[in-house]
Amino acid sequence: MRAAVVVFPGSNCDRDLAVAFEQAGFDVSMVWHKDTGLPENIDIVGVPGGFSFGDYLRCGAIAAQSPICQSVVDHTKRGGYAIGVCNGFQVLTETGILPGALLRNAGLKYICKTVPLKVETSNSAFTEGYNAGDVIGIPIAHHDGNYFADAETVAMLQGEDRVAFTYEDNPNGSVGDIAGILSENRRVLGMMPHPERAADLGHGGTDGTALFRALAGVLTPA
Amino acid sequence: MQEPAITPDLIASHGLKPDEYDRILDIIGREPSFTELGIFSAMWNEHCSYKSSKKWLRTLPTEGPQVICGPGENAGIVDIGDGQAVVFKMESHNHPSYIEPYQGAATGVGGILRDVFTMGARPIASMNALSFGETSHPKTRQLVNGVVEGIGGYGNCFGVPCAGGEVRFHPAYNGNCLVNAFAAGLADADKIFYSAASGIGMPVVYLGAKTGRDGVGGATMASAEFDDTIEEKRPTVQVGDPFTEKRLMEATLELMATGAVISIQDMGAAGLTCSAVEMGDKGKLGVRLDLEKVPCREENMTAYEMMLSESQERMLMVLKPELEAEAKAVFDKWDLDFAIVGETIAEDRFLIMHNNICKADLPLSKLSSEAPEYDRPWVPTPEAEPLADVPQIDPIDGLKALISSPNYAAKQWVYEQYDTMVMADTVRTPGLGAGLLRVHGTDKVLSFTSDVTPRYVRANPFEGGKQAVAEAYRNLIATGAKPLATTDNMNFGNPEKPEIMGQFVGAIKGIGEACLALDMPIVSGNVSLYNETDGEGILPTPTIGAVGLIENAEDVIGCEVRDGHVLLLVGETTGHLGQSALLAEVFNREDGDAPAVDLDAEKTNGDFIRDNHEFIKGCTDLSDGGLVLAAFELAEGAGVGVQLDDATTEILFGEDQARYLIACNFDQAEALMIVAGQAGVSISSVGKFTGDTVRIGSSEAPLAELSDLFRSSFAAAIA
Repeated sequence: MRAAVVVFPGSNCDRDLAVAFEQAGFDVSMVWHKDTGLPENIDIVGVPGGFSFGDYLRCGAIAAQSPICQSVVDHTKRGGYAIGVCNGFQVLTETGILPGALLRNAGLKYICKTVPLKVETSNSAFTEGYNAGDVIGIPIAHHDGNYFADAETVAMLQGEDRVAFTYEDNPNGSVGDIAGILSENRRVLGMMPHPERAADLGHGGTDGTALFRALAGVLTPA
Repeated sequence: MQEPAITPDLIASHGLKPDEYDRILDIIGREPSFTELGIFSAMWNEHCSYKSSKKWLRTLPTEGPQVICGPGENAGIVDIGDGQAVVFKMESHNHPSYIEPYQGAATGVGGILRDVFTMGARPIASMNALSFGETSHPKTRQLVNGVVEGIGGYGNCFGVPCAGGEVRFHPAYNGNCLVNAFAAGLADADKIFYSAASGIGMPVVYLGAKTGRDGVGGATMASAEFDDTIEEKRPTVQVGDPFTEKRLMEATLELMATGAVISIQDMGAAGLTCSAVEMGDKGKLGVRLDLEKVPCREENMTAYEMMLSESQERMLMVLKPELEAEAKAVFDKWDLDFAIVGETIAEDRFLIMHNNICKADLPLSKLSSEAPEYDRPWVPTPEAEPLADVPQIDPIDGLKALISSPNYAAKQWVYEQYDTMVMADTVRTPGLGAGLLRVHGTDKVLSFTSDVTPRYVRANPFEGGKQAVAEAYRNLIATGAKPLATTDNMNFGNPEKPEIMGQFVGAIKGIGEACLALDMPIVSGNVSLYNETDGEGILPTPTIGAVGLIENAEDVIGCEVRDGHVLLLVGETTGHLGQSALLAEVFNREDGDAPAVDLDAEKTNGDFIRDNHEFIKGCTDLSDGGLVLAAFELAEGAGVGVQLDDATTEILFGEDQARYLIACNFDQAEALMIVAGQAGVSISSVGKFTGDTVRIGSSEAPLAELSDLFRSSFAAAIA
């Protein structure tokens, strides 16, 4: 199994995401934002957290214009897997791979803490290690994590079972308590909470481990 | 452009005293140019020259087998085994933060991070020790909100986890808040970079962000007292760009790996001037700069402005000329400026050329070696008045008073605005005692704490100085760590006042004695004087930042307090209430002496905790707030009730030193009592964890109610 982790100049969770992939058995390549293609035979692309280009403009907006993002779009259009965490989720919405947008937190402040998340569906390569309804503790760390989409889109996401995670105690004002969503083909996950920060007993617990393990299971060559 | 004539007013506005100006005339034998005057003022202000404090800083213990590099470089360096080193320092950004809280605090974080990665270390931890005026003061909320957001805004984007810190409120900081920023980084012990230049004719290279007019004269501003014209100084505060800092860090570390770097210095206070002089002086070389080559953000910048700009996110390096292409490629990759702006020269000259016009020509070594140094007159702080009677108080009422004060309430309102988990090595987030971070890819854990009790230092600078170090030591010990070394951030008032200088001298003596006794040498530090507004000084605040090591993560003393655990109190309790939290918060009194610190007892009791860590399920040091606050914090953290047997006010709220509170099961308690008896350590059972209430003697309250109070009071006072 091979994962590629995209590195923007302001990414700061790139190593953390790579470590979580590696611990689940992936070979990981780091891919620089100026690169114009992904490595061959990549099973999944990870877009990590951080402040891709400082996020002085709308978060992820400049990153979405970088050369590598075109390759990520192409990869997902071909049916490839991708996960975007935090800033990575923002980038995936800015590229149009996932619907909606991430607005400033309702409380206007940055929030870093472990929050309870409800697994809404186990029907995806990312969440099949959980049972729908499970409540897991995963850290959040963001200033702009307030998920917004119009009512029609939210209804569609909910109707198509594409809401992957919801907040038990909505920390940022996200519509429908949405913390993470899936693409139409269920192969792209964007989420504000950081599962890679909860995949190690020595740091943040292991409630995120099942996500990476499930991916490894699905993506293991037969 | 016509440069201003050198007049007494101009000299005074540069913060130079008449006798200091005479010294300049002696050194160069002529009137200085405008640019030269600016350079002298930048080098000789208190902030850069340590002219009032140097004499006393020299007395601090700075050596030990664990020390790789002590004070004098950008940061101190300590060996943590396996060829690894931790690089750390604490530095103040007090004046800028008061003038412009967000940017002042943000650039304080930026500056200290740069000090760390300049030495070749990747930053892995930050802490912030903040002191504000009383919450009812009209400026306080704005300052707290701005400072916390600024720290978060910079550190979160840069991507360094916050490991802890302090937040306090006291009217003495109404006109002068304190923002002390700590950073630590990890480096290979054999790949550390220093500032001393070497080789003649080597290129001096400018890296990072462009130079603008921001911060011109900042260091001189930071060396003056405040008055009501302070708003006019806002333009002297720099503006931070953490995204550029992050790129500068990555590029610098990558550049160092190419082998191209001979020496490196970040541009902090007094920017280009200080960094160039530092590299030349340490390498016993001269430096020539051609200012037209400096990347500028604004048009028509003068030599004076460029030499004094404090624009952020900049570095100066001396590079191996044969590796210039490799070096430039790294900076191109990160889209940062890279410009050769001068060279090292053999003569002892600091030669500043701008479009082939000489703007300054000074003997470089004399800029630092001939800097004024003062033996300021000082008077010892008079002995504190004896403590007046303290009435007994209902224990729960006293506890409620403490935990509803923003000084002792939970600080999650602050810490949740900082990324405490980036880098995915956080073993313990801020909240209770020292923060813990794993050394990436190893089983080693580093412990970080920052401490001082300014009321103690005011009452008794010597004991208060000792206490700050002792409390840091205990906070490290309580996590199971071996204390390694210390950084000090000395925040005081106007040193030209003998009583303020007396506070400084007393505190230094206390800190020195404690660091020596507890084997925690000072490896770096910073002095911030003139923390006064309209002649009113702050509480003397020597913040102590300290780092400890746990060689194996299994030896961390965790927070596994359970129902049924007993509470053991280690150390002697006499019930010292002078300068206590109880007095200040409940009785609005600040009388009596600071508690005395018995350094032998500190060492003995600290060794006892570390040697017996396997019997200990939870541990915290006792500091301000005494037994009752420590017991409550352990209980609250574990979500289990607690009973304390003794309800005497001085036993519960006394602040005697060298004490710890331990949670463990009955069998472990027995074992600990036996070992303590053999080691001559005072230990006693003081209660147990049980149920869902806090019961002290016959007084009782539900834990949930107290917990709500503890967790809501800070925001209620500030947000």
